[in-house]
Amino acid sequence: MTAPKVYKTEAIVLRRMNLGEADRILTLYSPNLGKFRAMAKGVRRPMSKLGGHLELLTQTALMLARGQNLDIVTQSQTINSFLPLRENLWRASLAIYAAELVDQFTVEHVENRPVYKLLVDTLHRLCQAQDGELALRYFELNLLTHLGYKPELHRCLGCTSPLEPTTNFFTSSGGGALCPRCKETEPQAQPISLNALKVMRFLQDQEYAKVHKLKISAELGRELEQLMRHYIRYILERQVKSVEFLDRLRREG
Amino acid sequence: MDISPVPAQPVSRLIEELNKLPGIGPKTAQRLTYFLVRLPEKEARSLAEAILAVKEKIVLCSICQNITDSDPCLICRSEVRDRTKICVVAEPLDILPLERTREYKGLYHVLHGVISPMEGIGPDDLKIKELLTRLGDGGVEEVILATNPTLEGEATVMYLHRLLAPLGVRVTRLARGLPYGADLEYADEVTLTRALQGRQEV
Repeated sequence: MTAPKVYKTEAIVLRRMNLGEADRILTLYSPNLGKFRAMAKGVRRPMSKLGGHLELLTQTALMLARGQNLDIVTQSQTINSFLPLRENLWRASLAIYAAELVDQFTVEHVENRPVYKLLVDTLHRLCQAQDGELALRYFELNLLTHLGYKPELHRCLGCTSPLEPTTNFFTSSGGGALCPRCKETEPQAQPISLNALKVMRFLQDQEYAKVHKLKISAELGRELEQLMRHYIRYILERQVKSVEFLDRLRREG
Repeated sequence: MDISPVPAQPVSRLIEELNKLPGIGPKTAQRLTYFLVRLPEKEARSLAEAILAVKEKIVLCSICQNITDSDPCLICRSEVRDRTKICVVAEPLDILPLERTREYKGLYHVLHGVISPMEGIGPDDLKIKELLTRLGDGGVEEVILATNPTLEGEATVMYLHRLLAPLGVRVTRLARGLPYGADLEYADEVTLTRALQGRQEV
């Protein structure tokens, strides 16, 4: 049996690249198809009936036709455009960071429904959240869990004994925490405060409904951000590009 | 004896060069190359000279950053244009449709891109400093932000607004709504929301 010529799916637009006169190549993330690329023809013309439904970070219902190389978007209807994200520079930048992480961490045509759901939920949360950073940390930790990089935060990676309530250490190469005694084996490990460890465990183990009530100090927020960035950069083996703009916005206040 | 099907070296070099152009794949590059091989020498020379002339004579206008063959450019030098308004666009090409409207008589400023965090394009990669310098010189009353209504275009608008608001100039942006001749049925909710917010007395 041959595959049908047209098919339907829903997806979030992760990335867009202009092609030719008025076309775009989209990078989409779909619950049943995973990440895939598709061609959207003529979407840069003002009269395009697809254009507005295929903006970055739009959740959209799609009809696609099989193409020789890339499949072609024939119909598109917005499910959610996450309007509040588009009207606030800080939230938009956090959402762009989340989309870049999904793009960097996934390979094409591998289905992962929990990742899709996490991304959609995170975009909703970023629309509502006051500063959104906790929602982003929750997103990072759970994304890592769904992709098999869940850091070990309850037991020491070295001696496997439960971690003592003190300043422990976090190793990106090992993917988890080390107790002060085993720290010697990993000179690269960074200190992780007891509060940071507790918050990370909480984000990893609890539902978001409980997480969003958490209040954390700016200092603790920075520590968590640095730990996650270091770990993510270690796994990806490159810097996440949108981090630079986030830092700049924060610097410029 | 060498019987490889590889074309002669000058031919393969031209194919390679054409292949670098946007929208031109290897097959199109080959087709163009074999067309050029058959072209009369005069025409080929004229094309080559035109390409060189673009590189040698075209510079960025030191005021508005538009591409021009005379610095400052014709618009910046013009006596009749309204010097109290600056329209900020992303690309030099964006000026042409705005000029065709004959509605806008002010000056321009070309950013040469938009903020795109995912591609690593930040404020420092755009001609923002040059815009601030122009505003610092005084005389400008209004800055019209005319980037594309995309996520990156809007991010650029919001970023510029943060920078420009404290300077005491009026900062406006292009209205967003339905294009002329469009169909409501196909309008996306972002456009429609904004069309409703920006509705006007008939």
